[in-house]
Amino acid sequence: MFSRVRQLDKALVFSVLALALYGFATLYSAGQTDVPTFAETIWQRQLLWLGLGIAVAWLTYRTSPRMLEWATPFAYVIAVLLLLLTLLVGTGAGTAAGSKSWLSIGGVRFGQPAELAKIAVILMLARWLAGLREAPSSLRDLIPPAAIAALPCFLVLKQPDLGSAIVFVAILFFMLFWAGTKPSLLLLAASPVIGLALAFSTVAWGIWIAVLAILLLWWRPYVVEGLAIMSLNVLGGVLALPLWTRLAPYQQNRLLAFLNPDVDPRAAGWHVIQSKVAVGSGGLLGKGFTEGTQKRLAFLPAQHTDFIFSIVGEELGFVGVLVALSLFGWLLFVLLRIARRATDAFSSLCVFGIAALMFTHIFENVGMTINLMPITGIPLPFFSYGGSFLLACSIGVGIALRVAWESRQSGYGESGQ
Amino acid sequence: MSSFHPHLVDRRLAAARFAVWALLGLLVMSFFRTQILGHGKYQLQSETNRLRPIPLPAPRGTIYDRNGRVLAENVPGYTVSLLPGPEDSLRSTLARIASIANIDSVEIERVIQRARRAPYQPALVLGDAPFAVVSALEERRVAIPGLVIQAEPKRFYPDTDVVAHLVGYVGEVTEAERATRRFASVRLGGLVGKDGLEREYDDTLRGSEGVRFVEVSARGQMVREAEAAANLNPVKGTDLHTTIDLELQKFVSQIFPPGQRGALLALNPNTGEVLALFSAPGFDPNAFVGGISAPYWRSLNENPARPLLDRAIQARYPPGSTWKLAVAAMALKRGVAGPRTHMPIPCRGGLQYGNRYFRCWDARGHGDLNLTEAIAQSCDVYFYQLGMSLGVTSLLEDGNAWGFRGRTGIDLPGEIPSEFPTGPEYYDRLYGPRRWTSAVALNLAIGQGENAQTLVQMVRLYQQLASDGRLRTPFVVRQAATTSDNASLDLSADQISWLRRAMIAVVEQGTARGSRLAALTIAGKTGTSQNSHGADHGWFIGFAPAEKPEIVVGAIVEFAEHGTRVAPLVARTIARYLGIEDTRARTIRIAIPNDSAPQPFQLPTQDTVTPPAFSVPVVPIRP
Repeated sequence: MFSRVRQLDKALVFSVLALALYGFATLYSAGQTDVPTFAETIWQRQLLWLGLGIAVAWLTYRTSPRMLEWATPFAYVIAVLLLLLTLLVGTGAGTAAGSKSWLSIGGVRFGQPAELAKIAVILMLARWLAGLREAPSSLRDLIPPAAIAALPCFLVLKQPDLGSAIVFVAILFFMLFWAGTKPSLLLLAASPVIGLALAFSTVAWGIWIAVLAILLLWWRPYVVEGLAIMSLNVLGGVLALPLWTRLAPYQQNRLLAFLNPDVDPRAAGWHVIQSKVAVGSGGLLGKGFTEGTQKRLAFLPAQHTDFIFSIVGEELGFVGVLVALSLFGWLLFVLLRIARRATDAFSSLCVFGIAALMFTHIFENVGMTINLMPITGIPLPFFSYGGSFLLACSIGVGIALRVAWESRQSGYGESGQ
Repeated sequence: MSSFHPHLVDRRLAAARFAVWALLGLLVMSFFRTQILGHGKYQLQSETNRLRPIPLPAPRGTIYDRNGRVLAENVPGYTVSLLPGPEDSLRSTLARIASIANIDSVEIERVIQRARRAPYQPALVLGDAPFAVVSALEERRVAIPGLVIQAEPKRFYPDTDVVAHLVGYVGEVTEAERATRRFASVRLGGLVGKDGLEREYDDTLRGSEGVRFVEVSARGQMVREAEAAANLNPVKGTDLHTTIDLELQKFVSQIFPPGQRGALLALNPNTGEVLALFSAPGFDPNAFVGGISAPYWRSLNENPARPLLDRAIQARYPPGSTWKLAVAAMALKRGVAGPRTHMPIPCRGGLQYGNRYFRCWDARGHGDLNLTEAIAQSCDVYFYQLGMSLGVTSLLEDGNAWGFRGRTGIDLPGEIPSEFPTGPEYYDRLYGPRRWTSAVALNLAIGQGENAQTLVQMVRLYQQLASDGRLRTPFVVRQAATTSDNASLDLSADQISWLRRAMIAVVEQGTARGSRLAALTIAGKTGTSQNSHGADHGWFIGFAPAEKPEIVVGAIVEFAEHGTRVAPLVARTIARYLGIEDTRARTIRIAIPNDSAPQPFQLPTQDTVTPPAFSVPVVPIRP
């Protein structure tokens, strides 16, 4: 056992522990307010989750990638079933009380299956992509992996949880890229979404269609595929308005508030404005640990989950932000290195998928605290309060540790190839 | 899988690393922009979020009378306000405290209006909360987010309606007032003077407001007092020392005929100092403190007696016979008549002029009188002829020169101008050129016709007669620095003393015999002004001691029917001021000579002038 501990990838362990410690301290601070809040004592429960997370990571670490690969389909099926169950009997919580994201047993909220489904999708995609002889080279080749991600994505979207749904899409694209899919093909595959997004302005959409036509001629995909992509883009432009009207008002408002928070400063823009005020008022060195006034006086919304990073900005200032981002960067680079040195394609794809998961969460969550990204309620790894996502991250870290161990066993040294 | 050839993987790794670097770089730059470059702006916003300024009203300056007695002071009071959060939560909080604080839905709406207009300051709920309410609210503080209870100085007028018109009252500043330069610095919800001295000297009395900061939560709940460093203490307004004699003012209010409408004004003729200014009916200025209750406000406004009206400066009455002194002064100044001048036609109870018969108030007739006797008897026939001798042009010229058209400039707000024709062209406009005759002079000579004077205006005339003839603008605190400082009636000392003697005769043997006091010689003149709406209004203006006057008092009592009824009021006021036992005056029953000049017709007033071209001339003369 101790030899196993010594053989852990030290960089990964230290970066994760540092982040977990930093996150835990921030979560503790999140409970220190002048206004009564239930977040006051959640650090105690988070402590339990952290312990559980370490155990899960250790267990995963002790699981062979071959074992994982074998178990992947079952995990995927279970994840999908759990998501279905959530849709049937799920409950909402906190700021998203109207949605169905939680599984409860006897009234006790048990977990968010969507977070574990992210790991299941990573494993399933890794298994499928690792089984390919050649990297996907046509849109048809992209259909099966897309389907793997689309099924849980669709179920999550029904909850509705737009943020997590986007994470599935991001994981799919990042893993396709790591599997060797040409960026041009990925761009074409993503083009309908871009077309949809640009449909708010007829001119922008028109330019995009023209650019797309040139790209299609340049890259010369199959004619049928080319036409399909073109018509999908046109369809995206046409469907944009009906789709927009089908969005829930709060989702519309979030997107509008992202473009201009001052449109509705008391409601939709409130979160963004108050978070930005918190971060901006932190300045270089911050207001001091647990001393953030925006947080203390409850101006900062969801300060223990979605907007926990705003506390870092407010209380520890730009320096605290730099430290946190450096730690996240370190973690991501370590994961990339492990993915690079993995002994087999499945392991490599798994680790890269986990890196992609973290990357998406970090960028989206941190970005939204300063209105760089629209608000979607996805948690920040190792910071946000919540067991399910922490467990998902622990599994991911466990897998990465195992993969790192495997590659070292097979001859990769600490110093390189 | 061939795509996992190390070379290809390294290329993708480089791309992935680049992506991580790029996005981390983007995040760092964004945070730099927000936290370092935007720090000041967001710091301010964060402080604005967190801190709520709570105004600390300054105590208004105390208003004293000439002997240091208090007319208006401050007593401790409590205000209840709410720090506004979101509107619906404010509404529910108000609904919760409605029963404790005794507020109805109208007042709740008013509080919400206040919160909307000034979202960053506490919205006033109760301007003058009784202690029971304060303690009941204090007990429930936890359940009432944003509750601010503050001990604040409260305006108090110890003598309530005795000084109401003089001192005025205070109230919340209105939007319209804040738009003016004078009140621009007053915050929304601040108190300003609304009437009387409170209004006139508001800048002096107001003081400067302080502020303290409290820390509030996002729900608007007060969390704690903020650091005291930024707090600012209020500075009390400057005290006001007036010329009023509070004892005299109180005395006037006691002897003023109860239930009657009217006013009394007492001046020091040698300086213009106002010694007493009383108007009836009065009102309770304390009722305005902390917001007037709707029923009381309605009762004040719907009362036909209009209690808020200051009848000394805001009401015009035909001056009646009190005007005869003005005409006599004009005649002396112009040398048209002297003290012993007789008029061609003796009084036989009336005067035929053209095809009209102008009656004297005494149908028995006064016989052949000289000017002195005419003043004492208030003989209309004499003055008809004196007016004719003076002529319309002279009457109007002197009336205008002596300021009978316009305001006196007393330092009280809302003084209305007296009305008097500008010149003969007024009659041209009114009746058409050559469609009126010098018969208007008959009316002008006895204080009827197109002549409506405020009490202060008429008292000022007598002030000049009582002093050396120089005009002294009446004032309560400070004399207005006007160009008319050197204005005078332009009479010689002899002429003035002669006029005074004529007025002494009024009291000694004339129409005001009843007000004669043994130890005191009062000079004065009665007046009765025609009132088409009911009984005539009575005037009396007098001064004493007649030899060297120290006080001039004028009074008008509406529907008093005769000026003689007003005379004892004035006489007793004078006696009181001069420290003379007035029990005798109290027991006097007045023999009433009716000195009213019977008005043969109702003249249109100046604002209703739209003479139809073919209307019958009001004073027709067929040449």
